[in-house]
Amino acid sequence: MIVANSLTKRYPGGFEALAGVSFEIRAGEMILVTGHSGAGKTTLVKLIASIERPTSGSLVVNGQNLSALRRSAIPYVRRHFGMIFQDQKLLFDRTTLDNVMLPLQIAGLPHRDAVRRAQAALDKVGLLAREKANPIALSGGEQQRLAIARAVVNRPTVLLADEPTANLDHESAHDIRSLFAEFHRVGVTIVVATHDQSWIELCHGNTLRLDHGRLA
Amino acid sequence: MRRWLSQHRAALALALRRLFGAPLNTLLSLLAIGIALTLPAFGYVALDNLREVGRSASGVQQLSLFMDVGASKKDVSEIETRLQSMPGLRTVFVPRDEALKRLQKSQEMAEIVASLPRNPLPDAFIVEPADVSPAALENLRQELSSWPKVAHVQLDSAWVKRFDAFLRLGKLALMMLAGLFAAGLIAVTFNTIRLQVMAQASEIEVARMIGATDAFIRRPFYYFGALQGALGGIVASGLVFAALHLLAGPVGELSTLYGASFALHAPGALEIAALCAAGAILGWLGAQLSVSLSLRRFD
Repeated sequence: MIVANSLTKRYPGGFEALAGVSFEIRAGEMILVTGHSGAGKTTLVKLIASIERPTSGSLVVNGQNLSALRRSAIPYVRRHFGMIFQDQKLLFDRTTLDNVMLPLQIAGLPHRDAVRRAQAALDKVGLLAREKANPIALSGGEQQRLAIARAVVNRPTVLLADEPTANLDHESAHDIRSLFAEFHRVGVTIVVATHDQSWIELCHGNTLRLDHGRLA
Repeated sequence: MRRWLSQHRAALALALRRLFGAPLNTLLSLLAIGIALTLPAFGYVALDNLREVGRSASGVQQLSLFMDVGASKKDVSEIETRLQSMPGLRTVFVPRDEALKRLQKSQEMAEIVASLPRNPLPDAFIVEPADVSPAALENLRQELSSWPKVAHVQLDSAWVKRFDAFLRLGKLALMMLAGLFAAGLIAVTFNTIRLQVMAQASEIEVARMIGATDAFIRRPFYYFGALQGALGGIVASGLVFAALHLLAGPVGELSTLYGASFALHAPGALEIAALCAAGAILGWLGAQLSVSLSLRRFD
């Protein structure tokens, strides 16, 4: 499903965020990417989501080598992933429903179908009653659940999350983990980058531990 | 196709939301664009009206043919026959006695005419040709002048030529003005869209990360530019109509003083549509330039 071979990412200025990382994630697996701050967790997630390009090495997702992608093909590849960002990246000038509809509009789904699917996704994360609310009016936990609804609404094959429970209280973090467990049960491949150890049990020990850009 | 239409509908809806989401900014931009379009549009309408004045102005399209003072009735009759045989001419004969009577009616001339020992005026014809182009009028004047017993053929061709040259000059100036204001309109749209791209930076960034193509991101800005330009065209049309309404009274008064019944004519539906289309095209162009430059920083 996801195969990385000697994956390296060097930023302008010479900082090497990832250095020759190799791993394989099978379809339906839930993998935890752990490590200290600056270990390369976020970079790895961004490389898998095609938000960044590797400097060298190969990264193959669903049989497609992301390292060799043409620029024009990147948006279409990104649509296969559901991405949950550490800072959620919600749009505060749109309603909750409109935020969830964005990936569907990008995919060109007819308006009525998009509304129906977005409402179903909001229902899944327990936010249907807040569909007309502005995200700014939601609590931290609700905002994270909204970000999850937006990530899953397009039925991605891979769900990528970068510190999904950071800055959340214990109860909200537990709700988020429960949601991930549900998606895992229905066969979605999940990659979670976090230093929150509460996730380890959920991932059944499937862990990639990074240390200064290398697998530890 | 359905998917494509759905994306365009969403882009149009977003553009409308952005347009009416900041009413004051939109109003100011529309005023700037409207005024930029009003000046060339009003110039066009004014030139069109002047061309109409040129066409209908009495004396411009007619020639006065004066016979020799010593021409006999037979000579006059021959000239009348020749004039009537020429196609596309309307001829009115003014006998010398009739001309004198008309002169006597004039208060300033009455005394002078009364003191004359005999009628010094010749028989004359007023000739109104169908083809009133300056070249055709000049050709006709030369031909009539060559006829026997014709003393003089008067055509105010210099005036016609001057008027024609003035219209050509006006047209050229109008085109230059239109070019200048078109650049102004593009600049206004460019800046509006640049500010919008800055304001929508987070939305653009998120959309890119979750799979939006360049076309998806650009489309609402193109629609915004085109809509703003088209609405600017409507504002310009309104301003032109208002100006014509204000001028209608004084122009009508002036026209009456000259014994004419000239009235300003307003632009038609087709001309208004052309103005809005021009605004939309220029707005779209400004948006394209702005988006191309502004989106580079997201690459």
